[in-house]
Amino acid sequence: MATLLATIEHAVKKPVWDCRMCGQCVLHSTGFTCPMTCPKSLRNGPCGGVREDGACEVDPTMTCVWVKAYGRARRLPPPLRDGVDELRAPVDVRLQGTSSWANLATGRDRRRPEGWEAAERAAASGAAPPAAVGPAEDAQDAEGVPN
Amino acid sequence: MTLAELLTAPEPYRPAVTAEFPALDGGGLEAAAAHASRLAPYVDAVNATDNPAAHAHASNVAVAVALYRLGLEPVLQVACRDKNRLAVQADIVGAALHGVTNVCCMTGDDTTAGDEPEAQRVFDLDGPQAVRTAAVLAGGRYLSGRPLSPAPPLFIGAVENPGAPPFEERAKRALKKVRAGARFLQLQICYRPERISAFCERAEAEGVTPAAALLPTVALVKGARALRYMDAKVPGISVPQEVVERVENASDEREASYQVSLELARNALAQPGVRGLHITDFRHDDTLGRLCSDLGLPTMRTAQGEDAMAV
Ligand code: SF4
Repeated sequence: MATLLATIEHAVKKPVWDCRMCGQCVLHSTGFTCPMTCPKSLRNGPCGGVREDGACEVDPTMTCVWVKAYGRARRLPPPLRDGVDELRAPVDVRLQGTSSWANLATGRDRRRPEGWEAAERAAASGAAPPAAVGPAEDAQDAEGVPN
Repeated sequence: MTLAELLTAPEPYRPAVTAEFPALDGGGLEAAAAHASRLAPYVDAVNATDNPAAHAHASNVAVAVALYRLGLEPVLQVACRDKNRLAVQADIVGAALHGVTNVCCMTGDDTTAGDEPEAQRVFDLDGPQAVRTAAVLAGGRYLSGRPLSPAPPLFIGAVENPGAPPFEERAKRALKKVRAGARFLQLQICYRPERISAFCERAEAEGVTPAAALLPTVALVKGARALRYMDAKVPGISVPQEVVERVENASDEREASYQVSLELARNALAQPGVRGLHITDFRHDDTLGRLCSDLGLPTMRTAQGEDAMAV
């Protein structure tokens, strides 16, 4: 059943979006542009290598996937428009080849490592991100580092 | 004063200067010390690079630890091209074990940009995910949730390229990194001051600044050849034809390219949210000192540490 669904999903999505079957679909937040078609499989926007004409750093014959994604997303209505700005978690490689439809139904595609989840919760609650090392705190830890 | 203190003080005390540390191969610690003593008087911190331009060199962690021992404040560069999430976490935690707490996360150039294009590209994480991963470590856990105690007191940064498409979206992408935990952003070399200005203005409007400190990069090059090379061969950097010609037609190319860099540096420092400069020095001469003094920045920091150096 699971493989049948994956086969159908692939048959539908491959021709339209060049779907790579990552099993955790984000097309709705990328202006319906598959980020796995980026040679670096970036899920959170373009690298710094996009060429002057918008072509990909790795393959100059194609337009950067993210130039397309942002362009398309920004023309969509609000929820679909702003999804590009979300921070998407690293892919779960175990889902490669499985049906994202099934994973959406079961919620499997939204499962994140516990450390990532905790940081997400902290960010959502407006708590200061743990990364904000304050000067005072840092001063103690930076013993031996020159000024 | 540490880089974190300089860049997070509510009122900027003075612009900070960070620089790319040259890639090291052989030559042992003496080679590191030679570069370190040249840079030390002018910089607040130096980036220990992570296989820059997809060429293998002495590792980011090894170089960062050496710099720390030489009395410089290192910034551990972490690129996503060569290592999966386990290795990235191990590098950050490992460097922190030695006292290296500044981390700058980036996606990294593709393998095809280097001399081993046949290598497997990894990109298990992307730049913003690497930033978040560092923030998770700083919060006292590994990505898995396993406790990391005591938590490394990381000062986390990232990079952004104001000079590459999609221009209007770059500030939003920077904001994503700030939300993930970045507190400084080293900006890619950019020879188009109007793009730097536009980016900094958008960054301010989006709230990237003052949450994060912007450090635009200024390159010090020898002449027109280097400019042409960057323009043609480094994806994401475009050098206007007028700039190349101005340097090429000058009677003294070195001087003319210095003047170009000085103007770019002045423009960059005048932008909102900019709290310093990042320097990529391809000249390896006394130009960095000249730049700092022309900009009115300090030119005599002293490096201290185990292997104290005369500077
Ligand atoms: S230029 Fe765009 S498509 Fe190419 S590797 Fe970078 S982000 Fe991916």
